[in-house]
Amino acid sequence: MSELVSYDEAVAAFEPVLGLEVHTELNTKTKMFCGCQNSFGGEPNTHTCPVCLGLPGSLPSVNAKAIESAIRIGLALNCSIASWCRFARKNYFYPDMAKDYQISQYDEPLCFDGYLDVEVDGETYRVPIERAHMEEDAGKLTHVGGSGRIQGADYSLVDYNRAGTPLIEIVTKPVRGVGAKAPQVAKAYVAALRDILRSLGVSDVRMEQASLRCDANVSLMPWGSDELGTRTETKNVNSLRTVEAALTYEIRRQGAVLLSGGKVKQETRHWNENGYTLPGRSKEEAEDYRYFPEPDLVPVAPSREWVDQLRASLPEPPAQRRARLQGEWGLTDLEMRDILGADALELIAATVEAGAAPQAARKWWLGELNRLAKEADVELDAVGMSPVQVAELQALVDAGTLTDKLARQVIEGVVAGEGTPAEVVEKRGLKVVGGSALDDAVAAALEANPSAVESIKAGRQQAIGALIGAVMKSMKGQADAGQVRQLIMEKLG
Amino acid sequence: MNELLKLSAAEIGSKIAAGSLTSVEITKACFEQIHAVDAQVGAFLCLDEERALAAAAAIDARIAAGEKLGPLAGVPIGVKDIFCYQGLPTTCGSRILEGWMPPYNSTVVDRLLEAGLVIVGKLNMDEFAMGSSTETSGYQLTHNPWNLGYIPGGSSGGCAAALASYQVPLTLGTDTGGSIRQPASVTGVVGVKPTYGSNSRYGVLAMASSLDVPGPFARNARDAALLQEVISGHDPMDSTSLVSELPGLTDAVGKGVDGWKIGVVKEFGGDGYQPGVESAFKEALAKCERAGAEIVEVSCPHFDYALAAYYLIMPSEVSSNLARYDSVRYGIRVGDDGTRSMEEVMNLTRGAGFGEEVKRRIILGTYALSAGYYDAYYGSAQKVRTLIQQDFDAAFEKVDVLVSPTSPTVAWKLGERMDDPLAMYKADLCTIPSNMAGNSAASFPIGLSDGLPVGFQVMAPALADDRLYRVGAVLEEPLLDSLVGTSAWDALYEEAK
Amino acid sequence: MALSTDEVARLAALARVDLSPEELAKLAPQLDVILDAVARVSEIAGDDIKPSSHAFEITNVFRPDEVRPSISQEAALSGAPAEEDGKFRVPRILEED
Repeated sequence: MSELVSYDEAVAAFEPVLGLEVHTELNTKTKMFCGCQNSFGGEPNTHTCPVCLGLPGSLPSVNAKAIESAIRIGLALNCSIASWCRFARKNYFYPDMAKDYQISQYDEPLCFDGYLDVEVDGETYRVPIERAHMEEDAGKLTHVGGSGRIQGADYSLVDYNRAGTPLIEIVTKPVRGVGAKAPQVAKAYVAALRDILRSLGVSDVRMEQASLRCDANVSLMPWGSDELGTRTETKNVNSLRTVEAALTYEIRRQGAVLLSGGKVKQETRHWNENGYTLPGRSKEEAEDYRYFPEPDLVPVAPSREWVDQLRASLPEPPAQRRARLQGEWGLTDLEMRDILGADALELIAATVEAGAAPQAARKWWLGELNRLAKEADVELDAVGMSPVQVAELQALVDAGTLTDKLARQVIEGVVAGEGTPAEVVEKRGLKVVGGSALDDAVAAALEANPSAVESIKAGRQQAIGALIGAVMKSMKGQADAGQVRQLIMEKLG
Repeated sequence: MNELLKLSAAEIGSKIAAGSLTSVEITKACFEQIHAVDAQVGAFLCLDEERALAAAAAIDARIAAGEKLGPLAGVPIGVKDIFCYQGLPTTCGSRILEGWMPPYNSTVVDRLLEAGLVIVGKLNMDEFAMGSSTETSGYQLTHNPWNLGYIPGGSSGGCAAALASYQVPLTLGTDTGGSIRQPASVTGVVGVKPTYGSNSRYGVLAMASSLDVPGPFARNARDAALLQEVISGHDPMDSTSLVSELPGLTDAVGKGVDGWKIGVVKEFGGDGYQPGVESAFKEALAKCERAGAEIVEVSCPHFDYALAAYYLIMPSEVSSNLARYDSVRYGIRVGDDGTRSMEEVMNLTRGAGFGEEVKRRIILGTYALSAGYYDAYYGSAQKVRTLIQQDFDAAFEKVDVLVSPTSPTVAWKLGERMDDPLAMYKADLCTIPSNMAGNSAASFPIGLSDGLPVGFQVMAPALADDRLYRVGAVLEEPLLDSLVGTSAWDALYEEAK
Repeated sequence: MALSTDEVARLAALARVDLSPEELAKLAPQLDVILDAVARVSEIAGDDIKPSSHAFEITNVFRPDEVRPSISQEAALSGAPAEEDGKFRVPRILEED
């Protein structure tokens, strides 16, 4: 761990400048350059062929759907689309890179000069986007011996199932003028990007499966200066919260270095789950990738007509969508801000889509589910309950099968993996009980609490609470409190 | 020598179709010849006798059953060791791939098999197709059948030597800067570099992707045309494969050149060109004139820069294409003693597995692409490429074909240029421009100089490959007939030393 | 321009090719001669000339997004110098990607 200053101290002295590189895996049926299935996992080296294994003599061929997805992403990010561009080879040796070069794009990206507006605490920040380009993913390494990490391992194993998965790399220009909000803006940007990718249907964007990966660059410069400071790049930033945490940490660390008169070293650092960044093992010298146009592939030249057609098919832009949903759901600005802050907009929208009322959907996602996600230290969308299940739960409440209190227990069950809401109700026996069992319980409670009965009869309505409590206790909570109140009033009528 | 071996591929094919010859008979005759002479020639790296004879028998059975097959069904063929063919090792003449068995076939090999050709084995070549003499092969020397002390050309030297010594009637090679035409020239056979993209590169080990093209070797123009027609055609597995079809090639043979304008490239002659090569070339021009063509001189000023540009573009692509030989997925691994790192093992494997010429070009290409030099070297070379294309475009406005000697010299003695890379590179001086522009070209045998064959290069526009065959058929000399029976020929049959 | 043995050694490291001192000593002057000969491309490479990376100006060659059969794990590993658990086994890796 390094010396740190407080965040406030760091941003009082320096302006942070961000740079974000996001890689997203496309969810095409096949890989970028061959017809192998593009899917997560599988037995090692079973989704491979001569092309993605880099066998001698094999040649790449471009997946049309990947190009289409890349253009749609570019358009959704307000980018210009190149009228002519080439793939390029990025040459470097690494055992997970089957050809020992990566087919990527260099100085001719397919999409360039875009932006994305993001909201933080009710303010809009424009993140300028330099480029979005296509490339292929590498295979997967596992390290054997030592601690299972690359350092100290005895040897390593390579699985090329992932090799050749289509990737889009989205690179921002230096993001300035966001001041102390830098880490929050970064988080909001990655979240917005994820929402766009999801709404386009081009990627599964599951950060925990690394289908969305972020490298976060940050540098500090004295306020008022125009000269960018030395940046560090933090890799392995694989959740929304770590984007914010890693940048906050780097700003504090770099601030400490600069305030003590030191110099920030340009380096790649890795985010550690324990809450800090560590320098990567530096290469002996700066890599010389010897980019050159990929001779095995011909240039990509999307026609105006094609691009216009793809533009017309884009889903509603997120900002517009937010405004529309807020209106449709009848939410206040403050309520909307809470939803965005909890990253729950799309989850609530999907829940509403599945039949739940907006306020109910909002209540579950911001309440019980948000609490459980925080407890488990996972993103809200990884909490273990789907929007459809939340809607199903609310339907049970609406039908009187569950009370809110019982519903919370059902949520616990679903999140714990016990099944769908209906299955959890069944297994845990959580149904609201009515009928003669409830009548009997009310009668028993009246008999056992004569003084409370007297008080009510004497007009002290608040005494009914004790009676309701007694009934709920004997019913083990599986009764509807409103119904119990009504039954008591009828009996005492 | 078995008289059957003197038959052309076209004759063999029609006899097999007519039932007057079986594929098994001719295939056996080829193997007998291989066993008789290849110990001296060194053309084949490996043979596939059992499978070839089974394939030949299968063709014979289909013909006997009345099936109509293509014109080359049942004809034996040898393929350069650069084509993936399951069941045989593919080494590309390199130790780094020693024993590698590809798990897939190249598209052109599949097309040979579909057309019923019988693959007898894989032919020697310069390592990864880098060389003009087949001496950079990591396995063996190949000798020129006209004089065993001389080089057979390269990189497809095995293809040329096997044909010239009547071991097979057809072979399949690749041409990146002259690797089909120059060996054809120095061994007295026909070699064609088709239009880039007309034959698929899928499953063909890459040397320089933007220049490589598979192509036919034969002993006459018609056989070459037949083979080219079998292997050509669009392949979706190769993104640079052309969708346009070539015009009829066998139809072109015999159509002559009456009324044509034939352009002699002014830049390809004079200093550095052997007098014997120039005089044979002039005689061939006279022959074209007698066939009704008009001979004109055409200047292609940027062809002088083609060799320089080639030796930047080609090594750049080589340095990247050969990166994959890293000891991880296939090929040999050197120095993995349990203590060394991946990086060290990669270095040692590539250091030991690649030969000198390959290393020279990898390092040259690494330099040309590296930061700070890219614009001056690779970038400039690509501009020269544009200028060469423009020279061709301008020339083909004026003439039907361009012609030159295929190579400035006849075959040289084994070993003579091994320590002088530049001298070796100059063998491809006249052949490189067509690769840079992607257009079609071929070499046809026209005569002898000091007892060694001289080749005549014809260059035609892209997708006008038919013109090559028209000129070739006019020039055709049965040069190889004059080899059979000489003392050089008898030397092929001596016991290998 | 003279290419030093140090420079050739750097390039060899970048290209992952182990060279003996003797090879280095032989290669450096050879490469120097070759570079000298090829440098003349810049003589005619004017700013107004478009570079060509390909032989022909073809664009937009795409493959439909349809799954094709992969090869078996056995075939994938058939040429591997070392394998373990269905994966390619490699010596320990020093440098990080």
